[in-house]
Amino acid sequence: MRKSFIAQNPSILIFLACLALFTLCVTVLSEGAGAGLISTSFIKTLGKTLCLCLVAIAMDLIWGYCGILSLGHFAFFGLGGYMIGMWLMYARTEMIVQNALAQGGIPPTPQEITDGIGSQIFGVVGSSDFPLIWAFADSLTLQLLLVVLVPAVLALVFGWLAFRSRVAGVYLSILTQAMTLALALYLFQNDSGLRGNNGLSGLQNLPGVTAPQALVSMWFFWASALALGLGYLLSAWVISGKFGSVIRGIRDNEARVRFLGYPVESFKLMLFTLTAMIAAIAGALYYPQAGIINPAEIAPIASIYLAVWVAIGGRGRLYGAGLGAAFFSLVSTWFTGGQAPDINLGFYTIQWVDWWQVMLGLSFVLVTLFAPKGIGGLFDLLQRKNDA
Amino acid sequence: MTFLKNTAASVLALTLGAGAAMAADCPIKVGVLHSLSGTMAISETTLKDTMLMLVNDQNEEGGLLGCELEAVVVDPASDWPLFAEKARELLTVHDVDVIFGNWTSVSRKSVLPVIEELNGLLFYPVQYEGEESSKNVFYTGAAPNQQAIPATDYFLDELGVEKFALLGTDYVYPRTTNNILESYLKSKGIAEEDIFVNYTPFGHSDWSKIVSDVVALGADGKKVGVISTINGDANIGFYKELAAAGISADDIPVVAFSVGEEELSGLDTSNLVGHLAAWNYFQSADTEANAEFVAKWKDLMGEERVTNDPMEAHYIGFNMWVNAVKAAGTTDVDAVRAAMYGQEFPNLTGGTAVMGVNHHLAKPVLIGEIQDDGQFDIISETDPVPGDAWTDFLPESAVLVSDWKDLGCGMYNTETKTCVQIKSNY
Amino acid sequence: MTQLLHACRALFCVALLTLAQICAAQDSTPDTVQVSPLQDVLQADAALIAKASRKTIGPVIDRIADSGLPAAAGFLSDWQEKNIWQRKADGLFFRGEEVADRLYALRDLDSGLIVGESPKDDLNQLKPNSGVRGLIATALVRFQLSDPDPVTRAEALLAIERRPGAELLAPLRASIAAEPDATLKARKQRIERLLTIGYGQDPADRIAAIRAMPTDLGVDVRAALNPLVATTLTVAQKLPDGANLARILTPGSADLTRLQAYDMLVEANLAPRRATSAEIKTLLADHIEGGQVGGVALIRLSDPQARALAYQALAGQGLLPPLVTDADIDRALAAHVFFETYAEPNADVTAAAELALASIATRVGLNQSLDLGLDAISLASIYFLAAIGLAITFGLMGVINMAHGEFIMMGAYTGYVVQQVIPNHTVSILLAIPLAFAVTFAAGVAMERLVIRHLYHRPLETLLATFGISIALQQLAKNIFGTQARPLTAPDWLDGALVMNDVLAISYIRIAIFVLALIFLAFFLFLMKRTRLGLETRAVTQNPRMAAAMGINPGRVNMLTFGLGSGIAGIAGVAIGLYAKVTSELGADYIVQSFMTVVVGGVGNIWGALLGATMIGGLQKGIEWLNPSNTLAAQTYMIIFIIIFIQFRPRGIIALKGRAAGD
Repeated sequence: MRKSFIAQNPSILIFLACLALFTLCVTVLSEGAGAGLISTSFIKTLGKTLCLCLVAIAMDLIWGYCGILSLGHFAFFGLGGYMIGMWLMYARTEMIVQNALAQGGIPPTPQEITDGIGSQIFGVVGSSDFPLIWAFADSLTLQLLLVVLVPAVLALVFGWLAFRSRVAGVYLSILTQAMTLALALYLFQNDSGLRGNNGLSGLQNLPGVTAPQALVSMWFFWASALALGLGYLLSAWVISGKFGSVIRGIRDNEARVRFLGYPVESFKLMLFTLTAMIAAIAGALYYPQAGIINPAEIAPIASIYLAVWVAIGGRGRLYGAGLGAAFFSLVSTWFTGGQAPDINLGFYTIQWVDWWQVMLGLSFVLVTLFAPKGIGGLFDLLQRKNDA
Repeated sequence: MTFLKNTAASVLALTLGAGAAMAADCPIKVGVLHSLSGTMAISETTLKDTMLMLVNDQNEEGGLLGCELEAVVVDPASDWPLFAEKARELLTVHDVDVIFGNWTSVSRKSVLPVIEELNGLLFYPVQYEGEESSKNVFYTGAAPNQQAIPATDYFLDELGVEKFALLGTDYVYPRTTNNILESYLKSKGIAEEDIFVNYTPFGHSDWSKIVSDVVALGADGKKVGVISTINGDANIGFYKELAAAGISADDIPVVAFSVGEEELSGLDTSNLVGHLAAWNYFQSADTEANAEFVAKWKDLMGEERVTNDPMEAHYIGFNMWVNAVKAAGTTDVDAVRAAMYGQEFPNLTGGTAVMGVNHHLAKPVLIGEIQDDGQFDIISETDPVPGDAWTDFLPESAVLVSDWKDLGCGMYNTETKTCVQIKSNY
Repeated sequence: MTQLLHACRALFCVALLTLAQICAAQDSTPDTVQVSPLQDVLQADAALIAKASRKTIGPVIDRIADSGLPAAAGFLSDWQEKNIWQRKADGLFFRGEEVADRLYALRDLDSGLIVGESPKDDLNQLKPNSGVRGLIATALVRFQLSDPDPVTRAEALLAIERRPGAELLAPLRASIAAEPDATLKARKQRIERLLTIGYGQDPADRIAAIRAMPTDLGVDVRAALNPLVATTLTVAQKLPDGANLARILTPGSADLTRLQAYDMLVEANLAPRRATSAEIKTLLADHIEGGQVGGVALIRLSDPQARALAYQALAGQGLLPPLVTDADIDRALAAHVFFETYAEPNADVTAAAELALASIATRVGLNQSLDLGLDAISLASIYFLAAIGLAITFGLMGVINMAHGEFIMMGAYTGYVVQQVIPNHTVSILLAIPLAFAVTFAAGVAMERLVIRHLYHRPLETLLATFGISIALQQLAKNIFGTQARPLTAPDWLDGALVMNDVLAISYIRIAIFVLALIFLAFFLFLMKRTRLGLETRAVTQNPRMAAAMGINPGRVNMLTFGLGSGIAGIAGVAIGLYAKVTSELGADYIVQSFMTVVVGGVGNIWGALLGATMIGGLQKGIEWLNPSNTLAAQTYMIIFIIIFIQFRPRGIIALKGRAAGD
């Protein structure tokens, strides 16, 4: 009998154990459910970091294992966020409007409630009509389904078009970039019906939940950890079997796999769609913690950063991608938080606010040149030393 | 590897720092939440420097309540979700007593839920679209009735404009402002077909078609005027195209709501003389207080730097806050807020700004003509106009008022006599 | 001799001045020695003049202009130019001249003599706004039309063009015959015709004037004609007699829906208002009695039909006014007639105007399409310019250089720095172009040697490394030049636009960019087809090993080619900075577009990049034309189109065939 995929690869267990331990530690130290040593704002950062790890793993699947450098996976991430954001906004506003209208004496008609919600949500952007795409926003179940479905359909259509016409390599990268740019520009328009540049905000306030943010942030942290764990397992399972062998084959020599009789396009399309769905779930968990989603989030640069995280973390190993994302999320929090001390050189004071982006950029270059395997590669080095 | 270690250490430090809650009252901490990197850095770094200058001055005058003031500067990097994160960090990790920050409306909407949840205090210094009133925010910039409406009146009455081109960048402020203006213009008898609206993306640079569209509006013999809510550096391309097309301010005047001294410093204004801007402050205001303020700023930042309206808003906001803290004898948010109502402080342009119960200032509205040295010649100044949180020119918000002092509500429906919501709409 | 004369004059002035000062000092009663008729006229309306508003100043200006005083015209033009000051102490107006910092010499308006000096704080400057200045300009017209100075006469004509009016027709006509300057005379005649169209007394004259300009594309012609054919929609019980009717509308048609028509009736107080649902709700809320409204339970009132029932019940009891029903509306509409009338009473004039406008409209349409075409070409040349460097580095060498945009930015900043050192704009631009090339060439070579050389076999990773360089360069630019946009000003000879007519125009700077793009294209073709480097480059890009075997040093060729591509980006940066803005994000705005230009056009072929740029530019303008109020949509649909286009031509418009296509 074939060994279980988990037994094949001990790194899965190690990763899951580390994740569980980390979650436990954070919970124990947290403000909302433990000793109060970790502030709620940092819990939110950690929770968001876990979501970023998850989308990085999806990115690693498609790039590290299948060789498709997608520069558009943040579009799926963002779409997931938008879908859940629509429900969060709608439901929260509905409660406010119902309360306000109930005070008027005459009970409101359904039309009046809808109009009220419309002018509350879209008043900000100078409109009050409900666009068609909000048709399901009142139902959590449907909207949750859309979290996965909308990005999946987009990935399916886009992937089908792109793979069918054999767009590959750099061209595909630029095409995916164009896709995310088009989506971002579309959402930037007020006419798109998702509040344009303003996006959806106040997402951290769950409708009907009166628990303090300290607790809510813990829920999301746990949910993110769970999603990351499951996503990691799923990814590990996908790459372990025959499917995994085929996609690795596509990465190494697409023509040869095609000549062996495998429908290369279908494999690519399946993987592309799967990773889009994983990215969407990560996004749906991320934005309620961030509190606001707007089109700037899915600008092409976000997706390039995603690729960079994976590259720095180490392509072709799932934990590497996760590490890269976590590393960058935390480092940027540190540098933008104003805690990093300025370095006084006597003749010039290096202020991190001014210089950390320069350092970041140069570090990309150095890693690409000298450590093509990224941080994950360090583990290999360690292992080789032990073996030797 | 050392980098890794450092990071690990820093993460640990951050965690510990977060845990050690500051209980002491001194120093009084002033949070500064302005983007220092990314697209908005162009405007917001100036405000950070202004805040540092104001805090420094206050410390030289002996601080506040016997404490030193300490500015805590964070960088939300023009990333809107990061604004919410940094606001939370300022309020919970750094325990700041007040925050001065934000520029774009979307960043303010991002911060609102956090500020309201944690009962913080935010001073927002930029002209904005209104339609909002938060218990925890003081709006020291102009509401539409303090900038857009007077400027439109000026167009109608003084310039005799009969046809309007409303050009804006595609985001909340222009959308809402243009919406209000459209409805205002219609109430003034301007027909719908005499209002041309166009939205362009941020940083738009290809203006030739839009400019020729505007010129073509003059074909029915009515005087055309442009009301521009074009944001940031897109203005540079717009004005360059305007100058290239040879459009004189006497033919088609342009009044801008987002173009100040700072934006003009990136331009040669010799072809733009006579075009207009409406603000509550211009650097060219001829008062002693302003001369001193400008001199201090240039002294600190360099001779070529200019002052602008949001800087004055911070100047007034900060000083009002200082006075309110002195009056309340504490930095406690609720006490300071109560002490803020009716606070008065002299404007840099002369006269006195008064804080109203709807958290907006009463300030005079100035209209200036661009001069060839990149400064504005103030040609019109109104009496102080109290800021209106909810515009009177949109039917759904005409019935709303904000009164945090007596009604305790920022969104009070005067028709049904009910408070629509206590939290603000974000 | 002249100097002596000047000296004498100066002496005389000083003497007069002393005299005036003595007078001023001695005079305790202001009304005897000095005669000051203009000052008196002004003082009569001092408050209005000091705070001049367009709404109230008109009669005042007329009084001044009609006063017949010799100093009136001079005062008006000084006022217009913001040279008039009011002394706070006594409210008198003077012409002020700055003699020292914050110190002004005051010149009497009537005598033109300096009568004293005052610190700025004691004075108020009169700042007539643009509207008031326009009125002054109109008032000045009659003084200026026959002025000996042609510039002044042209100013007068401009004032008429800006604010045409019936009262200007007579003086204009009077001045035409004696006009010595041929151009000005033609302009005067044209304006005379336009004024006749609008304000002439004799309909025959007006129709003749209208017929005289059927092909004139000027906005002012249409501005004169359109008011004639402007209509107002009115409602009345029956058609009025003698009105110049444009058309009669039937309610319920596309131009006038039933409800619009009814609303018109309401507005004209010819029919009762329809209550809105919100008003009905408020009315119902006033009649809540014991949990019921009009016999309907309160809970049920969330249903609109129940509300209607409750309202009818209350209306039946006479407690509320009855609702307006559909039958009421129909009856009211049937009893009235809706029609449009021309503001112009003479039907012959309106007919002639309609005819003239129709013939102009076709020509305007044609010129508008031409203008759109020019815009598209201009945008295409900007895209081409931004992408041509990339067509070399990416198209030929296959290097994905994400820092390409930053090279453009470096070029623009180089232009800015050069302009700081050399104030002459022409010289500085001419110097900036080679310097920008040098700077970015050096940067490109350095980048190729240090980074890209090691990554030729890992193309996707060059993307990451160059992306890193891109964000580092952007931040460096911010650290060095600050976050504010920097001015890069075009020389004077590039100011303005080439104007064919009021519809068709293109700015010189865009023409310059277009020419620059053509030069680059020629240069590129020459380099690739006619030079040794071009040959070697083509060889290396097709087969580096074979090329090496033939004695070509691929390293050197790659280095030079990359440097060249980067250098061209630098020059493009100067051009783009001239027409748009110089900020650290300048390059980032163009990077995605540039890549798409190259990919759409077809990699490895300069004609491809040209076609790609043309297609993208043309498409974007085309979509903008379809949806003029939303430029963002144009960009979105353009990109979607490109994505779909790539599906059908994955290798771009011009696909390389055979071995050169590689993979």
